[in-house]
Order: sequence, then structure tokens, then C-alpha cells
Amino acid sequence: MSPFAWAGVAVLGGGGAILRFLLDGLVSARVGRDLPFGTLAVNLSGALLLGLVTGIVLTGDALVLVAGATLGSFTTFSTWMFESQRLTEEGEGRYALVNVGVSLAAGLGAIALGRFIGGHL
Amino acid sequence: MVPRPDRQELAAIALGGAAGALLRVALSRSYTSADASWPWVTFAVNIAGAILLGYFVTRLQERLPLSAYRRPLLGTGFCGALTTFSTMQLELLRMLDAHRYGLATGYAAVSIALGYACVHASSAFVRRVRRLV
Repeated sequence: MSPFAWAGVAVLGGGGAILRFLLDGLVSARVGRDLPFGTLAVNLSGALLLGLVTGIVLTGDALVLVAGATLGSFTTFSTWMFESQRLTEEGEGRYALVNVGVSLAAGLGAIALGRFIGGHL
Repeated sequence: MVPRPDRQELAAIALGGAAGALLRVALSRSYTSADASWPWVTFAVNIAGAILLGYFVTRLQERLPLSAYRRPLLGTGFCGALTTFSTMQLELLRMLDAHRYGLATGYAAVSIALGYACVHASSAFVRRVRRLV
């Protein structure tokens, strides 16, 4: 990969993190913070977009920049696990299980749907 | 209303996010795994990020509350960007495409169980150290 593409990874990786922060804040402010809907919205929209990107068959540096840098940075595993663990600590173990299960199942659905749509564009 | 984010906070998130993304992309280009095999790089960055996020947030929330930009830099930025949900879902989808259902179940279950356990362990570690000091 060229130095230019690596610079792109840094910029888009930073941009993906900012977008995650803003969308999380927006969703949490509207829906509330009792359940981590902000992270759910981030991860499901990111999975849908990654499905779209793979459906339209991007390759090479473009794929690394969009899928790896931007969407990889936008979506997050660590916060998903952190929020689930904290739900359990606060005595909301059932919600933690729901958060894990719904994210996983809906994430798979979202990426499969994205790929299907991308393949038909 | 959504509170207006301040610029320095956004800059800290961008900086941490850039570092996390660079590390993840560099690792994934150095160690490629074949389609529908165990994705070691994604697995490793996700588990490492879960350990670090539990450590950073517990430490910053419960021990060192007077640092406004460390959590956005290290937690939201670095750990958030180092770890990824979307790539993991794509890997799972490709395992399902290849009818490797056992592998997909194992990858999802081990990532989630270990990621969760690591947040718990690193948080407990910070709290234990605090009690000893």
C-alpha cells in the first residue's frame, strides 16, 4: 500500500471513530441510556454498509480504506462487550444477554441484507 | 437535545481512532487468514481492545476522574477503532457461506465469551489494585 493510502487509513480511521461517537450520542440522547442502543445503531448500520460494500465488489486499496479503515473503526467490539459487562454488574444480566444476542443476530441479518442489496445495484 | 461536542474531545477521538485503525489494518495486512478459517487478527485485536477498554474506563472513571481527554483518546478513539464489529460479522457470514457452521458458532461464542470475561477481569484488576494502594 502506498504512503498515501496509509495516510488515508489514519484519516478515515479517525473519521470513523468520530462518526461512531456522534451517532452514539444522538441515539442515546433520543432513546435513553438504559440499554446501549447507541452502540447497537452504530454496529448494525456499519454491518449493513460493509455488506453493501462487499456486494458491489470493491477491491484493493479502496476496499481497505472503506471496509478496513472507515467501517472497521466506526463499528466496535470492545464497547459492545464493555456495555454488556457493565449491564451485568448493575444487576441487569438479562439485558446483557439480550444486548449480546440481538447485536449478533441482527448484525448477521444486516450484513447479509447489505450484501444482497449491493449485489443487485 | 444532543450536547455540542467540544473540538478537543473530537480531536482526541480522531487521534486515538487513527492509531487504532492503523494498527488493525497493518496487522490484517501482515497476517492474512484464508477465507472461512479462524480470523486470528480480528480475534486478537478484539480481545486486546476489550482488555484495554475495561482497564482504561475503570481506571479513568473510578480512579483518575480528572482527565477530560483520556477517555475519548484511549477508550472511544483507540479501543473503539482497534476493535471491530463489522469485520467480525463479515467473517461469520463467509463461514456460513462455506457451510462451516461449527467454526462460525465457535468463533462467535469464543469471541463474545472471552471478550466479556476480559472486560470483567481487567476491570476487577484495576479495582483490586486500588484497594491495595
